[in-house]
Amino acid sequence: MLDDAPAITNGQEKSNVKLDHVVIRFAGDSGDGMQLTGSQFSDTSAMLGNDIATFPNYPAEIRAPEGSVYGVSGFQVHIGEVEISTPGDDVDVLVAMNPAALITNFDSVSPGKTIIVNSDEFTAKNLAKAGYTSNPLEDGSLASYHLVKAPITKLSRETVKDMGLDNSSMNRTRNMFALGMVFWMFSRPLDYTIKYLEKKFGKKPEIFQSNVKVLKAGYNFAETLELLPSAFTVMPAKMTKGTYRIIMGNTATAWGFLAAAEKSGKQLFLGSYPITPASDILHELSEHLHFGVRTFQAEDEISGICSALGAAFTGSLALTTTSGPGLALKSEAIGLAVMTELPVVVVDVQRGGPSTGLPTKTEQADLLQAMYGRNGESPVIILAPSTPANCFDYAYEASRLALEHMTPVILLSDGYIANGSAPWLIRSMKDMPPINPAPAPTGGEEWLPYLRDEDSLARRWAIPGMPGFEHRIGGLEKEDGTGNISYDPLNHEHMVKLRAEKVKRVENYIPELEIDGAQSGDLLVIGWGGTFGSLHTAIKYMHEEGHSIGLAHFHYLNPMPKNTAEVLSRFKKIVVCELNLGQFATLLKSKFPEFNYLQYNKVQGLPFTVMELNNHFRQLMGLS
Amino acid sequence: MTEVPTYTFKDFASDQEVRWCPGCGDYVILRGVQKALPMMGKRKEDFVFVSGIGCSSRFPYYLDTYGFHSIHGRAPAVATGVKLANPHLSVWVITGDGDGLAIGGNHMIHAIRRNINLNIVLFNNKIYGLTKGQFSPTSDLGHKTKSSPYGNIQAPFNFGELTIGAAGQFYARIPDNNPNEMADIMVAAEKHKGASVIEILQNCVIFNDGAFDGYTDKTVRDDAMISLKHGEKMIFGKEKNKGIRFNGRQLEAVTIGENGITENDILVHDAHDPNPSMHFMLTQLQHPLPIGIIRSVEVDTFDDRVEDQVQGAQQRSKFKSVDDLLFSGETYQV
Repeated sequence: MLDDAPAITNGQEKSNVKLDHVVIRFAGDSGDGMQLTGSQFSDTSAMLGNDIATFPNYPAEIRAPEGSVYGVSGFQVHIGEVEISTPGDDVDVLVAMNPAALITNFDSVSPGKTIIVNSDEFTAKNLAKAGYTSNPLEDGSLASYHLVKAPITKLSRETVKDMGLDNSSMNRTRNMFALGMVFWMFSRPLDYTIKYLEKKFGKKPEIFQSNVKVLKAGYNFAETLELLPSAFTVMPAKMTKGTYRIIMGNTATAWGFLAAAEKSGKQLFLGSYPITPASDILHELSEHLHFGVRTFQAEDEISGICSALGAAFTGSLALTTTSGPGLALKSEAIGLAVMTELPVVVVDVQRGGPSTGLPTKTEQADLLQAMYGRNGESPVIILAPSTPANCFDYAYEASRLALEHMTPVILLSDGYIANGSAPWLIRSMKDMPPINPAPAPTGGEEWLPYLRDEDSLARRWAIPGMPGFEHRIGGLEKEDGTGNISYDPLNHEHMVKLRAEKVKRVENYIPELEIDGAQSGDLLVIGWGGTFGSLHTAIKYMHEEGHSIGLAHFHYLNPMPKNTAEVLSRFKKIVVCELNLGQFATLLKSKFPEFNYLQYNKVQGLPFTVMELNNHFRQLMGLS
Repeated sequence: MTEVPTYTFKDFASDQEVRWCPGCGDYVILRGVQKALPMMGKRKEDFVFVSGIGCSSRFPYYLDTYGFHSIHGRAPAVATGVKLANPHLSVWVITGDGDGLAIGGNHMIHAIRRNINLNIVLFNNKIYGLTKGQFSPTSDLGHKTKSSPYGNIQAPFNFGELTIGAAGQFYARIPDNNPNEMADIMVAAEKHKGASVIEILQNCVIFNDGAFDGYTDKTVRDDAMISLKHGEKMIFGKEKNKGIRFNGRQLEAVTIGENGITENDILVHDAHDPNPSMHFMLTQLQHPLPIGIIRSVEVDTFDDRVEDQVQGAQQRSKFKSVDDLLFSGETYQV
């Protein structure tokens, strides 16, 4: 037995506890590999049939000083046999790789839950860096928790001491030890991760072998020494039958565009400038040139969208991807797309603002920028996905609306769903709705560049290379039909109204708003975008308890679904919940002033917790 | 491919009334372009003219081709998207000294350094015309304008230097009063694979009239400018007795027959020399001012590289449809 054999406080007998859902958070230095560790755990659990949701929470610094509190990187996994819509509020198992990780995550763990620490890192120096005045492993402050003290550094190094690794490579295996322990704790197999490591490190056999050895060492350590208070079982969730994969929001977004390009028969073009948290879409599409995708990493945000406009003029399904500060830079070019009536999809993966703000944290505060952030009357279609998986559907839908209505579409994703992952019941191309891009003119009819479809008002799309349809478009006001420059006052008013009407009529081409929970009654919760998981979970619990509460979650923000007012009229109270100071509430108030709106807002760079929502809704309903 | 019809300049004139000021140099440029386009052996529908904002940027409206009058400074970026979306097109950027070198300077240098196969025509009149007379990034020091009543104190760009400094492979300079030579240069620019930069010294009759008179006036032009031709000696002057030599440190104008100078001392213009040093010195020379094609070197283009990567990926990939991707890798059954 090792001298510093890990001790278990509150020595509970080992038992196998069956849970319907469990939340695990891995926390360590930003260089500790916590994102990888967490995603391995969630992917393995998904393979076993659990529903999952994940939430990476990492600092903007790539490698903050070791042991510092601002360098702590976390990855939270929520797995269950029940439907999982959020990464969870309360942590059941916290893995803290150092004192800074413990002190910054401690508040999320309630007494009675499990904390696994790497006891080797609780040195005087690291404790001081984290701001501890005494060692929490020894001063009794963790007495009410199941504390597992594991000498992870020492055991990992011991495991690989003969493999010829340098010092830092030895330390870099520590996350595998922690992962092995948690795998045992939740009765998960190791083979998925071993396969992953082989793929990742196949060309460096010593790194691959040592990681596998340490992973197994962690697993065996937990098993043979029976150090952990309990082993948990989480049974497979009751999910729709079919083929699944785990997908991140940004990947789903990229794939939705690939699907739309294939379905519409258009070449996909992305002009983009790197920006957190949107760059992964650029990375992903750059992997798929084989589908004929052209990705162009431009010199700046403006060039990103302007190149996309050039490609749209030339007949491509054209995109640009960005986050809030980049959307600001693209404003003028979006106005040009409105004016020239070209299809372009602008993806804004929102982050905390204003200015550079909180680059790695989530927020929903770009809505009014998307809606109004341009000179002149400049209406655009605005959509928002609400889960990592349905980023696929809304990227596809944004493409469909842009191509069919010849107008720019802004897709408001956010850092939370973009980096979160979830199981995705894979959509097959044959099940995707058709996309019928605005037609090219045919030779036999009168041709003018701004001739329109009577119903949608979309103009025809003649592209360079088509003989006989040479024409000029531009940012100056134009005469309807011919597209000739016109400064005529009445023509300008006609065109402004026409462009507004064109976007408004999109409401005839989108689905109606649906309500989750009670279809009418006491309280209607309104949300949009990435807050769906928290809002859905919160109202579901209350609805199941028999309360008259419903959720109207918007994916179409401009124009809104046609039945919006009717839905709002079915409830006594309306509360609009957003991660901003009330931007969607502002839109609703101006569009449907006949209703009274309450607001629930949070701007901390973090998603809503289910608990805070529940507390607030209970209060509004007079239940507490 | 079907045969290219025979066009005349009339085929490229649009029905729009041209709205530049009477006497503006832009009229000559328009004529030069309309003259050049039928000489390029391309179908009319395959030309795309993209512009930004400014007097020059009205240009696409006056040509009966595909055209895109975009926003201030962004024409190179828009044109990049056009070219990447369909590399078969002949894509032209029409810009000015304010549009292309001030607000759009970033896009300009990046289009040039990528060597994307665009033809960039910059009308340099050393002034902001459409906003009615402020100094521009090419205005001379001391120039009194509406926004520099005490004289311009911002040192100007030399667009030739800038092009070569940005790794440009084709640079030509031409005054606005010679549509024939201008047309020849435009045809050469279109043939050149890569970013072709043409700087036109363009007279603004309203806000900077006579800015180039010191070079272009009939009484001085033969001695004030030198027309460079690849493979020919750099000889100029009314009497064809002047030339350019390299004195070991820099270029200088000399007179043949004076101070022991013979024709053998005069440089031969090599526009195709990959080493840009001589071309850089030529762009800096002020007396005489070199005009014509100063640099023309063919190297790989960005758009070709893009196509090569896409085609290579298409040949190698096991994914033939998006379904193949969606169901690839780690999937599982429920």
